[in-house]
Amino acid sequence: MSQLPTTTIIGLEVHVQLKTATKLFCGCSTKFGSPPNTQVCPVCLGLPGALPVINEHAIELAIRAGLAINCDIPPLTKWDRKQYFYPDLPKGYQISQFDLPICADGCLEIVDPADADATRRIGITRAHLEEDAGKSMHDEAAGRADSRIDLNRCGTPLLEIVSEPDLRTAEEALAYLTKLKEIMTHLGVSDCEMQEGSLRVDANVNLHIDKHGQRIATPIVEVKNMNSFRNVVAALHFEVDRQYAEWEETGHTIETHGKRTFGWDDVKGVTYPQREKEESADYRYFPCPDLLPIRIPSERVEEIRGSLGETPEETRERLQSQYGIKAYDADVIVSQGRAMVEYFDAVAMASGEGKRASSWIQQDVMRTLKEQGGDIESFGVTAEQLAQLLSKVSSGELTNDRARDVFKHLSENGGDVDQAIKALGIEAVDDSEMETLVKELLTANPKVVDDVKNGNQKAVGSLIGQARGKNPNANPQKVREIALRLIEQA
Amino acid sequence: MLDSALEVLRLQAAGEASAVEIAERALDAIEASQSTHNAYTHVDRESAVAAAKSVDAKRAAGQPLGALAGVPIAVKDVLCTSDMPTTCSSEMLRGFRPPYDATVVGKLRAADAVIVGKTNMDEFAMGASTETSAFGITKNPWDTSRTPGGSSGGAAAAVAAGTVPLSLGTDTGGSIRQPAAFCGVTGLKPTYGRVSRYGLVAFASSLDQIGPMAWSADECALLMNVIAGFEPRDSTSLDQAVPDFTLATESNDLRGVRIGVLRESAQAEGIDESIRNAVKHAIGVFAELGAEIVDVDLPHREYWVPTYYVIAPSEASSNLSRYDGAHYGHRAGAEAKDLVSMYCRSRAEGFGAEVKRRIMIGTYALSEGYADEYYNKALKVRRLIRGDYDAAFSQVDLMLGPVTPTPAFPLGDKIDDPIQMYLCDLFTVGANLAGVPAISLPGGFDPSGLPIGIQLQAPTLEESRLLFAASAFQSATDYHTQRPNQ
Repeated sequence: MSQLPTTTIIGLEVHVQLKTATKLFCGCSTKFGSPPNTQVCPVCLGLPGALPVINEHAIELAIRAGLAINCDIPPLTKWDRKQYFYPDLPKGYQISQFDLPICADGCLEIVDPADADATRRIGITRAHLEEDAGKSMHDEAAGRADSRIDLNRCGTPLLEIVSEPDLRTAEEALAYLTKLKEIMTHLGVSDCEMQEGSLRVDANVNLHIDKHGQRIATPIVEVKNMNSFRNVVAALHFEVDRQYAEWEETGHTIETHGKRTFGWDDVKGVTYPQREKEESADYRYFPCPDLLPIRIPSERVEEIRGSLGETPEETRERLQSQYGIKAYDADVIVSQGRAMVEYFDAVAMASGEGKRASSWIQQDVMRTLKEQGGDIESFGVTAEQLAQLLSKVSSGELTNDRARDVFKHLSENGGDVDQAIKALGIEAVDDSEMETLVKELLTANPKVVDDVKNGNQKAVGSLIGQARGKNPNANPQKVREIALRLIEQA
Repeated sequence: MLDSALEVLRLQAAGEASAVEIAERALDAIEASQSTHNAYTHVDRESAVAAAKSVDAKRAAGQPLGALAGVPIAVKDVLCTSDMPTTCSSEMLRGFRPPYDATVVGKLRAADAVIVGKTNMDEFAMGASTETSAFGITKNPWDTSRTPGGSSGGAAAAVAAGTVPLSLGTDTGGSIRQPAAFCGVTGLKPTYGRVSRYGLVAFASSLDQIGPMAWSADECALLMNVIAGFEPRDSTSLDQAVPDFTLATESNDLRGVRIGVLRESAQAEGIDESIRNAVKHAIGVFAELGAEIVDVDLPHREYWVPTYYVIAPSEASSNLSRYDGAHYGHRAGAEAKDLVSMYCRSRAEGFGAEVKRRIMIGTYALSEGYADEYYNKALKVRRLIRGDYDAAFSQVDLMLGPVTPTPAFPLGDKIDDPIQMYLCDLFTVGANLAGVPAISLPGGFDPSGLPIGIQLQAPTLEESRLLFAASAFQSATDYHTQRPNQ
């Protein structure tokens, strides 16, 4: 039986954790991975009598994000309470935004996955701020059926970005998410670390089936708990097939069955129903009486707009043309966020070595950051130092290997480049000293001399290793030059 | 001595009594009155004496002392105290010790006041008689067969019974002014936002306000000086300069002051003759002091109570969601088999009937399909009510009227009739809905000797004007100097 023509309708709700040092309504740290319940206070625990106070930085980041996805920033926004009972929601309500979100009516253009020359415009309904809930951990103490609650995450600021149901394929959804993540990272709005939950995706999906000119809509399914883009794609593919099969079998439509909530089982690769939404939850939204509405003057919006700078695309193009690096390399650097781009710019500019800067950053800097677990803003080797180091390499003052030693020393111990060179005992070897060394080597290696005389200049290579064995500061280039000159003169 | 903070300060300054002696006297008075009046939910002799000792030590060492040094004070049990339980007179919070002090409590400590204990109240401040407390009813010191009013009944009775010169109450719909009227003391509800709500366990956040209770306006001013002021931890706190409120009580000259009288309110049905007479009498006193008496009208006054009884329960239903047995407070025992039954049982067991009633009203008023009909409509009416106040205060400096329809009613009289109980707020809720300050002051006695309160209301931030007029009234009358026979 052949399948009827079908259109997939997908809308995404993306929760992005804003990169603030402290929570949305109190001064507790938002650091990830601390021992349970160590980053809490009466406010984020919702203790009787405690009151929320807005974190201005979260407002600024939300506006940055909203402007980057082409949203309007209304002059007035307010806070609402969304009521439901859950053990990891200590107040019994979540402070969120209901009818006056901070960002409205935006859009994102993506490259059409089906046609690289075409673009698709995906509408963004709104983006609103809200506080995160805590985390329930079930049965974690071995063999005991108990539940524990970690409230460290309570009150962490989230921006929920809601798209229009404009996406038509899992691939489009992937392109949208990838672009959204790139923008948020680039602007420093969020880390977008899915493993740490700082980017979470819910997908609303259903099918419009064309049966002899009549359009039939299947029930909408909201798929929750997807913790990677790969899972989003897999879940959407699965859901498309499942919904068609279900419709063939049961004839259920949106009119008869409305909306349901499903989860995604990563191991089995299936979606599964979580709870029926026949009676939709009544969140009893109402304005939060503890917080005043926020007025955002248009001057402030324009000020933030002016500080947004270039888009990731513009940056990628500029890095390629300005420094002559490859598209792939530009992409890696840009994907690390704006701070990394600034670091690269500084190194490349000061050293005049764009390509070398690109490869050092992708290899040495990023690897060291991963090992040390920090970010580029607080990295031990400043852009000026790395630039200085690369200049020394290009002038032949340091070999690549010795420069790596210096880099390692700087990243571990701090200090400046000259101090590091001194500490490592790296000294420039003067020419006469070098000549003496090469002469000794030539005397000890008559075969090399013969080979070179017979036209095999590469034979000199074996001397370089020996030279560096005797003096680690010997410059390979110099050794080669001197050896060839001496053999010729002999 | 225990009826005046100023006298307590004078005695210490003159070396006639130490802070410890004064604290001991207050604690003894509480002990003597507790079985009769039950004004307290918790009394902490040890920490009170320790606080008094440190005041004496500071004085002996010549160190600077706070404005309330050595003054015993009682605090309504809805305010968080790190060294005493904070129960809101509910089973739900029996034994709950917050890890922090409410801002006002911190300010009292900084002013070297001696906090002797926590006062009884209607459960979660819901009620007008202090009969919904899980810690037993409080009795009116003027007549122990009658209620002290509510919800700050304990705070009013603590002063009226002569156990402390000052207490702190909270007022959401009249909960300072009505018990002040019933107990013959003076109680001030400040402008919304004048006193930080941080650490005040929320009932209806947009209406709640903390305020002083004492025998006289002068003493209320003393306490206002300590508790008022902007605080960044409360976003609704007003960033406004705080005047010296005690200066407001230094003059008795009311010439040029225009006092509006809600004449029809004093004539409304169901109002006790004695109340009517007291208001009429007060008008005469103010006129004699030089005030100009003007008729005013608040056209939407008939909607005050219905608007209040939609907004307050709606906010309460949300604010009280946190009492679910999961994190602190009362939790149902082993019979709760799953999460939902644990929630249901914990709340069923922890909350009393009035609290449950209001949670149900609020939940209904906020629910989908009904919010427009109730909650959202109430918000619109609230704006009209504020408009009435603005219009009235463009003509007059103060408004005068009754506090309550009747003097203190007998215990048990209204507890089974919520509508009758809600009508106790008839004259007081307007100030909460509009956010303006209002004061209740002793204005006479009914034929059986029960005190009667009269109410003054002022524009936003004009507490000084209220205290000035109230103090002038008290210089011309002696109702605030009368004491119950004990």
